Amino acid sequence: MSFKRTNLYDWHLKNGATIVPFAGWELPIQYKTGPIVEHKAVRTDAGLFDIDHMGQIIVSGDEATAFLNGLVTADLTKLDMGNSTYSLMCLPSGGVIDDLFIYRLAKGWMVVVNASNLEKDYAWLKKHGEGKNVSIEDQSEETYMIAFQGPKAIGVLDSLTDGRTGKIARFSSAEETLFSVDLLIGRTGYTGEDGVELFYPASQAEKVWQGIIDQGKTVGVDVLPIGLAARDSLRFEPGFPLYGHELNEEKTPLEGRLKWACALDTDFIGKDAILKQLEEELPSKIVTFELTDKGVPREEYRVLNPDGEDIGYVATGLYAPWVDKYCGNAYVKPEYAKIGTEILIQIRKKTKKAVVIKRPLYKPSYR
Amino acid sequence: MKIDKSAKYCKTHEWVRVEGDLLVYGISDYAQDKIGEVVFVELPEEEEFAKGESFSVVESVKSANDLYIPVSGTVVEVNEALEDDPDLVNSDAFGEGWICKIKASNPSELDELLSAEDYEKMISELD
Repeated sequence: MSFKRTNLYDWHLKNGATIVPFAGWELPIQYKTGPIVEHKAVRTDAGLFDIDHMGQIIVSGDEATAFLNGLVTADLTKLDMGNSTYSLMCLPSGGVIDDLFIYRLAKGWMVVVNASNLEKDYAWLKKHGEGKNVSIEDQSEETYMIAFQGPKAIGVLDSLTDGRTGKIARFSSAEETLFSVDLLIGRTGYTGEDGVELFYPASQAEKVWQGIIDQGKTVGVDVLPIGLAARDSLRFEPGFPLYGHELNEEKTPLEGRLKWACALDTDFIGKDAILKQLEEELPSKIVTFELTDKGVPREEYRVLNPDGEDIGYVATGLYAPWVDKYCGNAYVKPEYAKIGTEILIQIRKKTKKAVVIKRPLYKPSYR
Repeated sequence: MKIDKSAKYCKTHEWVRVEGDLLVYGISDYAQDKIGEVVFVELPEEEEFAKGESFSVVESVKSANDLYIPVSGTVVEVNEALEDDPDLVNSDAFGEGWICKIKASNPSELDELLSAEDYEKMISELD
């Protein structure tokens, strides 16, 4: 299998990254300082993420809004120009095909998808778009995407945009020119911190990336590059799901506690299954747990009740650096989902005590 | 990369140092650098193990790494400081990051381990 590389691959190598395969790409899992320092730097200062592996699909044409609104759980008709929303795309069964960020732009709807699901999403959109007056275009190759996150990120960009970046509302976006590169700044991100995601021509990948690091130095902000390991722990603490872990085609938005992302007053594929499930007992439910014994929970470890019966599995497990807990998310039978419920995690040959705790572990700074 | 010249090594990157009638055991500086930030060490039970048995686990941010006992014997002391500061394994792999002390039941098994020179040569060929 051959892996794709982003245009910053050589930069990562030069700057001490450890490269690993991820979703068909070779990406930095960490840099020299390590993921715990990287994680804390984003909570206290600012960090840059190369997330060019993520895909961008543009949906446009006369019927684009009605078409896309029938495929995703959000109500896109409520979005003003330039705004964006988190959404899910479901199978008729309610299982999740992918989770998305969707921007309403002048050129059409920009659907930002997970790297591992790009081909699947594109095929799904194409199949349902047949015979409709819509154009569906994969612009992932030519579009570069980076995230700049942390309490000091907006200040750095404000020093480059005459204070305009800070005026962009959360989940909105604006067009700007930075370092002579035209880009779209979205006031979005997946870390629980304030910050932005930037979209610009792939040929300019390093110019913008290095430009932000250098501008940070100019204004006295140490901007660290952040690898995949810290990206995972940063999204976990505020309770954001990650496809392939909290989300997959077998679990529904209700099991994943994502009902808030479903506009049930609109019609979309999967809605009927979700409505039916609302009337029934859920097969499983996601919980966040903390180990009360010592140990590190890991994905796919089994979850047991105090009598030793199997009740589910760990979807994400880790040491969470900012809240300083050994914790995770697990899919368990719904009767074990209450806060304070004692459960066991099977770690190799031992069972370790854990307790279901309140979500999220970290309240996003912009809420 | 640091090497403790007074220790012997396993091909799986554990080190052993003779101190009195006990063996002190840990993972090498090379190993800690490769696995990254250590967040938890599952210390071995104070009991008897046969050479080659998995008896402890070092967990870094991204992986759980089994440790194997290099000589048969009984674990008589574990480094309890690692319970609160597992990252001592990163900062001082040959010193404060030691993992346990072993009373060997067959000390001649030590002769099968790599010398510091041979281990240094081995890791230089790995990178």
